[in-house]
Amino acid sequence: MTLYLMTFFLFLVGLYGATTKRDIIKIILAIGIMGYSVNLFLILIAYRSGAIYPILTKSLGKELMVDPLPQALVLTAIVIELGITALLASLAIRIFEKYKTFDITQVRRLKG
Amino acid sequence: MNEEKGMTIIVKTITRFTVWLIFLYGLYIIIHGHLTPGGGFAGGVIISLSFVHLTLAYGKDFFLKRHKISTLHNIEAGGALAFVIIGILGIAWTGSFLANFISTGKLFTLKSAGVIPLLNIAIGAKAGTALYLVFYYLVTHRSFIQKSESEGEIK
Amino acid sequence: MPVEIWLHFILGFMIIGAIAALEIKDVLSAIIAVGIVGLGLSVAFLFLQAPDLALVQFVFEILCMIILIRAFTHRKEHKIDLKSNVVLVAIAVVILSVVFVLGIFAFKELPSFGKPIARIAERYLTKGPQETGSANIVTSIILDYRAYDTLGEITVLFTSILGAFTILRVIGRKQRR
Repeated sequence: MTLYLMTFFLFLVGLYGATTKRDIIKIILAIGIMGYSVNLFLILIAYRSGAIYPILTKSLGKELMVDPLPQALVLTAIVIELGITALLASLAIRIFEKYKTFDITQVRRLKG
Repeated sequence: MNEEKGMTIIVKTITRFTVWLIFLYGLYIIIHGHLTPGGGFAGGVIISLSFVHLTLAYGKDFFLKRHKISTLHNIEAGGALAFVIIGILGIAWTGSFLANFISTGKLFTLKSAGVIPLLNIAIGAKAGTALYLVFYYLVTHRSFIQKSESEGEIK
Repeated sequence: MPVEIWLHFILGFMIIGAIAALEIKDVLSAIIAVGIVGLGLSVAFLFLQAPDLALVQFVFEILCMIILIRAFTHRKEHKIDLKSNVVLVAIAVVILSVVFVLGIFAFKELPSFGKPIARIAERYLTKGPQETGSANIVTSIILDYRAYDTLGEITVLFTSILGAFTILRVIGRKQRR
């Protein structure tokens, strides 16, 4: 329960950064933090106490294993997150070249 | 002039010894993806990190002097194409997309799990080259900015 | 020591790293603070019995940090001492604390830590090795049972990276002329 709440607090820290910061770099980092907290929450739900990793080895017999399905989904989510970060970084560089600033309020002012 | 790019001679010498170890480790992670932790994504990124290591140590022109950048684009598109082709072969053999049409073999051996190692290799080629290309374009793009800014100052 | 205590410690570490990343003025320090969050997440995955994810998260975090550092830390003219709007910060803090209090009630309804509802997982765990021949059950899910998912995922990766190429390339060609 407290673990879930701490993960939720981490998500809210990221959301706070994404909504209030004016710097594009800080917004990209905040979006990354939100992604990390969601990944961690899915794996926390999948954990079964006393279980081992879902990989068979020759020496182990039939033991209790954790839920492998959220692990498989989070594995793809991590990869997509890196693609999103690369896309956002290139967009930020493009904005910097056009407006010579990372401040989003300046970008909005120069639009019209 | 080109020799002075990149980092110092110490870093370059150490890089010569370590880059092949990183590359081999990535290949190991890809090929043993169905037996041990890891798989296509992790191994592909480790391979791309070995190229990143090379680029950081020797400067950004080092790679382009030996290979065309379009080769990497071809490898990336070929990985994605191989994934789809294996899926379509599954339709031809067993009737469903991405079905496991090779016999699964004996558990705990390298030649097991049918089609999974082939898909791992395809994903490794695709993810690794794609992420290295992103890094490469970000690095080379910065030089354009600096060049244009210095030209602007001269004018 | 049980797993929960270690996880509390790591999560506290990650929260401190996240707050530091958002409040530090230097760009390089902020990116490294996000690296703390990502590497702490990798350790947390190890404690939660997911070695696959720990490896992938570790490697991707390193690459992500390299990409962000190369992209952002060479702009010397960039000053980061931007003050946020005070009214906006106050409104955001009030709303997010209300959301947090509501979240306490929502998370009570979930199954408690350590007792998941692993209904689909039973089939994967018992029949997966025989049906696919793969000792790593996570790999057998992402490449056999749910390979169509992975196809969509590499399509997303392809598209996002194609977008990055397009955005960066247009400028390069314009300035070459």
